[in-house]
Amino acid sequence: MRNNRLAKWLISGPPLLYLLLFFAIPSAIMAFAAFRFPGDYGGLLPLMDVNPDTGKTELLINAANFREFLTLENFARFFQEPVFFELFIKSFWYAGLTTVICLVLAYPLAWLIARSPKKHRDLLVLLVILPFWSNFLIRVYSWMIILGPQGYFARSINAVLGVIGVGPVQLLFSHFAVILVLVYVHLPFMVLPLYANLEKHDMNLLDAAQDLGANAWQRFWRITWPLSLPGVWAGAALVFIPALGMFAVPDLVGGTDGIMIGNLIKQQFLDSRDWPFGSVLSIMLTLAVLMLAGLATLIGRGGKRNAL
Amino acid sequence: MHSKQSKWLWGAAGLVYLFLYLPLIIVVVYSFNDSKLNAEWVGFTFKWYEILFNDAQMLTAARNTLIIGLVTSVCSTVLGTLAGVAMYKYKLRLLPVLVLTPIAIPEILMGVSLLIFFVMLNMTLGLVSVTLSHIAFCIGFVAIVVRSRLQGMDESLVEAARDLGATPVQAFRLVTLPLIMPGIIAGALMAFTLSIDDFVITFFTAGAGASTLPLQIYSMIRIAVTPEVNAISTLLMLLTLALIVIASKVAPGAIKAQS
Repeated sequence: MRNNRLAKWLISGPPLLYLLLFFAIPSAIMAFAAFRFPGDYGGLLPLMDVNPDTGKTELLINAANFREFLTLENFARFFQEPVFFELFIKSFWYAGLTTVICLVLAYPLAWLIARSPKKHRDLLVLLVILPFWSNFLIRVYSWMIILGPQGYFARSINAVLGVIGVGPVQLLFSHFAVILVLVYVHLPFMVLPLYANLEKHDMNLLDAAQDLGANAWQRFWRITWPLSLPGVWAGAALVFIPALGMFAVPDLVGGTDGIMIGNLIKQQFLDSRDWPFGSVLSIMLTLAVLMLAGLATLIGRGGKRNAL
Repeated sequence: MHSKQSKWLWGAAGLVYLFLYLPLIIVVVYSFNDSKLNAEWVGFTFKWYEILFNDAQMLTAARNTLIIGLVTSVCSTVLGTLAGVAMYKYKLRLLPVLVLTPIAIPEILMGVSLLIFFVMLNMTLGLVSVTLSHIAFCIGFVAIVVRSRLQGMDESLVEAARDLGATPVQAFRLVTLPLIMPGIIAGALMAFTLSIDDFVITFFTAGAGASTLPLQIYSMIRIAVTPEVNAISTLLMLLTLALIVIASKVAPGAIKAQS
């Protein structure tokens, strides 16, 4: 018995310790930082300092003066200035639109892979994953080439627009570019869970429905779609959550008005160095993600129940 | 009617595959284009690769990326395998949360919290801080692959070994370990690729100390589009492709375990 307990600690102890140290504790420190003041030169106002007389490190904060070190002002700022809330809404909108477009593109593909001969399926799935294995920045960069004003694509589009008398549009550094690239980098995350779900469907159900006179649309809408909902929700979570926190894509192809919440967080930490406010934004993003993940699990479960 | 439908579907699927691959093909093609702009095709050249191999910064970045990737791969494979086994064998509450959350939340959150953490510890940001961070987010991926491999394993094999007198350690080493090896190798390769590809967490934890290839690419494409980036991109894609081929040779089923 004691041996078992020892084994359990020997096995789970090292990863547990590592993740406590390099994930849990940093997260807790960040959550705490949201209640602190920024330091004189950015970062955080220190809570400890070296006493010049004794040479020892002393805690500056105590029961009497904690108001000088801890504050709710950072949170107040988030709720008082509408610009931050608006940016959250905009990021939700970008991520939501990305998710819907990914779903529309991924569904037929996932369905086809699931229905193709067994020997081809692995290859077809691999072909979906393969581009995802190339570096993330390369995939963003490829669209910077395509959408760039000198590229063939942008020039042909503007040539067509010129014929119908609409002035040239800028494709790169726009909302359009952000959504397009977000879709591009997240698409495999939607295809895989959908495929995993659709592959398990019992084809007899569709045959039965056809025998009973259901047309193709009815068969899809009343059998395939409800059965696939767990896959849809899984894919939606896998696309929506990373898209929501994205900062590199808007940074590279979004221009000035394409920014998202991730860009603001990055700005607070690296440019204006207001860490407490950056932490507030990070906490809000975390809360949003947790809520969404919880929601997706709930709906996913509900979907499964309905499907059975 | 059925075939007409599937023809439409195949058409749509073909377009999606085109959407996935065309941009990458364009990157590769322009890496051989004898023009500073990624626009008109002018002529074939290896010039950008030559420039690349003489770019000292890029070479340092490549070396850093490789060191970080290898150390991350080894450490996170050990820790992740332990975590995967622990999550399979025992009913644990805290470990699964700690293992899975870093994967589930947007990367930027982990990036900024680690930045605060390292600065508070007065650590100079550089190779060490980046590697420590990479290990933290790779453990989860390895653990998931290993656990799913364990779930697909026939438990009665271990029981048989125990009945035949093997100690738990022997049973693990001689039966379980060889069976889950493809999962472990897949996890190691995955950790390596995730590490050499990572941009966001590296961006926050590297400071001025250690540039990696993704950071280098980022700063280059922020300023201007240059075919040198196409060249390094092409080489990186080849590297990934090679890794996948190796994975499928060394551990058939490893690729599948990852999807």
